[in-house]
Amino acid sequence: MSNNIYIYIFIMFAVTFLIRVIPLTLIRKKITNRTLRSFLYYVPYVTLSVMIFPAIIEATDSVVSGVAALAAGVILAYFGVGLLGVSVCSCVTVFAIEMLIKYL
Amino acid sequence: MDNKKWYLKGIKDGMPIALGYFAVAFTLGIAAKNSGVTAAQAFLATILTNASAGGYAGFNIIAENSGYLAMAVTQLVINVRYLLMSCALSQKLSSKTSILHRTIVAFDVTDEIFALSVSVKGNLNPFYNYGAMTPSIPCWAFGTYLGVVMGNILPFTVANALSVGLYGMFLATIVPAAKKDKIILRIVIISMLLSLIFAKLPLLMQIPSGFRIIILTVAVSLAAALLFPLKEEELANE
Repeated sequence: MSNNIYIYIFIMFAVTFLIRVIPLTLIRKKITNRTLRSFLYYVPYVTLSVMIFPAIIEATDSVVSGVAALAAGVILAYFGVGLLGVSVCSCVTVFAIEMLIKYL
Repeated sequence: MDNKKWYLKGIKDGMPIALGYFAVAFTLGIAAKNSGVTAAQAFLATILTNASAGGYAGFNIIAENSGYLAMAVTQLVINVRYLLMSCALSQKLSSKTSILHRTIVAFDVTDEIFALSVSVKGNLNPFYNYGAMTPSIPCWAFGTYLGVVMGNILPFTVANALSVGLYGMFLATIVPAAKKDKIILRIVIISMLLSLIFAKLPLLMQIPSGFRIIILTVAVSLAAALLFPLKEEELANE
């Protein structure tokens, strides 16, 4: 017998939401412990780095276009280009290089 | 800046996220369809969860009919990184921010919106998140819906290119910080190298990516916190 799909969806929602809402509502004061604050300060940079690499070079058809997108993104962000600019240029880089690979 | 300005800035910064979501959601919709989920059910699941990897895994469990407990455990493991993100965001919000505002912000803590939130200088105004959520959530849910209904209409190359857009956004968040702060630069490089090792070495590569993210985040952030604790003045103006 098949389980109810709406119960499945509700479990997806409940678990995902609780994970997000418990820390945000329970930790209301500024944490004063220096190590813990330093830990939370570094969390975003580590998480984002781990999510970017190596996923960015595996997301595309060829490693070459992924590496190019990574390089383009780093260079543009280094010179102060904003979120949208970096994002669009990474996409355009991948598109251009994959087209080159395909038709050359 | 007042709430309205923050809201509008959120919409503006949320637009690239929304576009990226649309493309990713489209592929998620195709996965949902292959799992025997209807467009309406996929829409409901995605508008309630706002999680890509969690969505994929969820639709798989539904397809295999693996049971409610398996669903709960899988969602917990894959999405547990949001727990850390929410902990970090709890410090980014002013301690005066009400429970209601915190709850609404929590509803859409995603990798991308988290990246936006932490790029704000000083305290985070919840209206900035509401702005980012305004285009993102509908694009996410309708993208999935259309993915189920229409299947694969986006040319492969275009979908491929768009999938990189979200990583580009992540780069735009961490690179400026790494440029200013050599400790962050070192942490970024070490994190990426470890991530590569975990993704490629036998045995380690069997760890699901949701787990990999959480293991490395805890290990590297903890090491960094012990080796390079923030100085008093950094704690003050953070």
